Amino acid sequence: MASFVLNGKPVTVPADPQSTLLWTLRDDLGLTGTKYGCGAALCGACTVHVDGRAVRACATPLSAVEGKKVTTIEGLSPDSSHPLQKAWIAQAVPQCGYCQSGQLMKAAELLATNTRPSRTEIVRHMDGNICRCGTYHRIIAAIEQAAKEL
Amino acid sequence: MTTDLENGISRRTFLKGVGGLAFCVAVGTDSIRLMSQAQAAAMANAFVTPWVRIAPDGAVTILTAGAEMGQGSMTSLPLIVAEEMDADWDKVRLEWAPADPAVYGYKNPFGTEQLMWIVGSRAVQLYYTPLRLAGAQVRKVLIANAAQKWGVDPAALKTEPGFVVNPANGQRLSYGEIAAFGEIPAQLPAVDANELKARKDFRLIGKQVARRDLPAKVNGTAQYAMDVKLPDMVYASTLHSPVHDATPRIWDSVQPNTPAAEPESWNDAEVKRMKGVIAVVKLPNGLAVVADSFEHARAGHNALKATWKKGKAAGFDSERALEDYVRIHADPNAKGVTLESKGEVKAAFTGAAKTYQAEFRSDYGYHAQMEPLNAVVRINDAGDRVEVWEGTQAPDDSRKAVALALGLKVEQVLINQCYMGGGFGRRSLGDYAAECALVAKEVRRPVKLIWTREEDLAQGMFRPQSFQCVEAATDSSGKVIGWKHCVVGDGEFLLQTGIKIPYYGVPNQFIERRGVSHGVKLKHWRAVGHVFNVFAIESMVDRMAADQGMDPIEFRFEKMGASPKARKVFEALAQMSDYKAPRPAGRAVGISITERSNSLGAGAVEVSLDRATGRIRVHKVWVAVDGGIIVQPEQAQHNVESAIIYGLSSVLHERVTIKDGKVQQSNFHDYNLMRMSDLPEAMHVKFVDVDTRPTGLGEIGNPFIAPAIANAVFRLTGKRLEHLPFTPDRVLATLKA
Repeated sequence: MASFVLNGKPVTVPADPQSTLLWTLRDDLGLTGTKYGCGAALCGACTVHVDGRAVRACATPLSAVEGKKVTTIEGLSPDSSHPLQKAWIAQAVPQCGYCQSGQLMKAAELLATNTRPSRTEIVRHMDGNICRCGTYHRIIAAIEQAAKEL
Repeated sequence: MTTDLENGISRRTFLKGVGGLAFCVAVGTDSIRLMSQAQAAAMANAFVTPWVRIAPDGAVTILTAGAEMGQGSMTSLPLIVAEEMDADWDKVRLEWAPADPAVYGYKNPFGTEQLMWIVGSRAVQLYYTPLRLAGAQVRKVLIANAAQKWGVDPAALKTEPGFVVNPANGQRLSYGEIAAFGEIPAQLPAVDANELKARKDFRLIGKQVARRDLPAKVNGTAQYAMDVKLPDMVYASTLHSPVHDATPRIWDSVQPNTPAAEPESWNDAEVKRMKGVIAVVKLPNGLAVVADSFEHARAGHNALKATWKKGKAAGFDSERALEDYVRIHADPNAKGVTLESKGEVKAAFTGAAKTYQAEFRSDYGYHAQMEPLNAVVRINDAGDRVEVWEGTQAPDDSRKAVALALGLKVEQVLINQCYMGGGFGRRSLGDYAAECALVAKEVRRPVKLIWTREEDLAQGMFRPQSFQCVEAATDSSGKVIGWKHCVVGDGEFLLQTGIKIPYYGVPNQFIERRGVSHGVKLKHWRAVGHVFNVFAIESMVDRMAADQGMDPIEFRFEKMGASPKARKVFEALAQMSDYKAPRPAGRAVGISITERSNSLGAGAVEVSLDRATGRIRVHKVWVAVDGGIIVQPEQAQHNVESAIIYGLSSVLHERVTIKDGKVQQSNFHDYNLMRMSDLPEAMHVKFVDVDTRPTGLGEIGNPFIAPAIANAVFRLTGKRLEHLPFTPDRVLATLKA
């Protein structure tokens, strides 16, 4: 059993403590916005927040989130109203879209502590998240746009 | 987007159940042609879903055959219909077209059959005209109904988005109102191409219209096959022989799981004892561990210890093979396939004032689509109905592959299209869906089959590696009068894309490919052969320009006989990049051009080089594209930018090597993809304004990158990079040479 707060609500899952957060979210809790890309903490498609910090859910054992607050893309806002989500649409960032939940969560971590990031700070922060469609420049533009709203 | 997961087969709309107006599609024509509901219902195959439906509440539903992997054609195709029918775009809903190419396909431009493959940047260019005609037919029927109701001449009526209007008295009927009383004649009115809208009257084509898939892609609700969950579903993960055992044309096969490198023995009992493991299923070419969760399936997969029948690639060494290619090229008796032969090539070279020769090499490339390959399959208890959930570039071929694997007819297989987490040519073969179907049949439960990233990389399929020799001959005025290009490698057709140079007017040409088959799995890959062929071609052109001390664009105009279309894109490029202007110290600009899917793109890059590390930095990229009429300008720009990044990533970083028949890379720590920190400071994309039909845009931004970078590096260093990718160690070796 593992208990934690998921997108503001307490949950208890009868999952194997050896399970990772990624597959528990996806298959036991039905939150499929968090994606499997590499399974080895190399691509960032599974990025979620644990107590506000971006982590790679594919490499996070369930035991590591016991009693903590987990936020996924589904919990970033109830209605796609987070400034980043709005900016993502305004800049038409997603192409295939598969990495974008992770990109958004990673970007949200940045804006939570730095409301006026420079381009260099954005790149340094986001550099671990792969986008195979090559939307990097639009991600930067969207983060800059969202920052203006904060 | 309607995706009714639970109802599966019954989701198809029986015609009699449809309210309002429903326009169906004729079967057996060579493109989309509308027909009335009555005609469709009378057909033997009455299991037809209407292409366009107009409901009395005004909602317009348009099917889309544009499988969506980020390129936007899911939106572009129905938008073309909506444009000509003058629909109110806000009232248009999209649904995936069923995987039935006889009804919903386009005619294969290289064959006779109908296809739904969304490959080779084909969607908009091949569906454009038929969909416009279909939209115009719908509009004509709506006008006829309004005219009859008002008792006026249809020729006097006009449309505005969602309305038929009588300009004489201001009367208006919405499309929904017409749908409530209107009828579709048994024989639809014919529409002539000259009745289509003039370009100046477009309200949707060429305008800023948002892609329909965007909202679901910022909140986690976009549904990929990876996200599908069915009651009682189990998870599977497959292991294949690490030594490849591919048939020579595996990329073309609808039986991709033809027995190959079968497992001979494995630790069956040990894996079956593992937590959550339900079964270990032997496949014709692999082993699938089935479990109650993906993590348990993957643990079983990772614990498998199998011996395999010898694969064709046993002992294969990709680096050694490149040197074998050199020998094949030098062998006068080696068999080749002539791709182009014109003029008197021998005489051109014999009589030349000067000849040039250069050799090029390129390594294998991996698609690295972000969503590892996966599919979900459910078979009914009777075993005669199969549902597949897959993100696929070729739903028709997936359907065939699944049917063949199970020994069923295609009519017994329903494909539920999902979003693709990247395709790039890998998702146009139903191999993993067929594999999933075999597992589902064996375990008699719905199955989600996921290849681990490691399996996805180990099994490819790959862009082939190549060796190339390009020779050119110039006359006393420096004009290029002879051209010889030979590409050597595995992959047949895959090797030759982009090798012809119709944008140049060289009078004497001989172009060929020579090949071997290594048993390595190969596949189309975002412009595939263009990547290495255009690299070789445009490197050679630049070499001659430099040798003659000429400006690279002027050389192409004056000495290569550049076509008018090529001149136009070069002129646009020259203007936008100001490529002759001085650059900051340590930077230089390289130029090249590529054709792809009937589009033409001239590009330039500004690079610098760290001579200590061999690291190339691309600072700026410009590309001018002739892509015909641009249907969705914003999306078109994104497509080209995406291909630029894909090109930069592959040219600077990506490399698959094979030793003893096994792929040496395993995940993103050793197959390096471009990260944000490698992003150029600026990318500029310009579409030249032309009035011709749309051509492909998904890949035009990719192939020009390699030669443009190599040509820029030559301007910086006087050295020519001749082996893709340009990894730092190779750059250093070239600098030292």
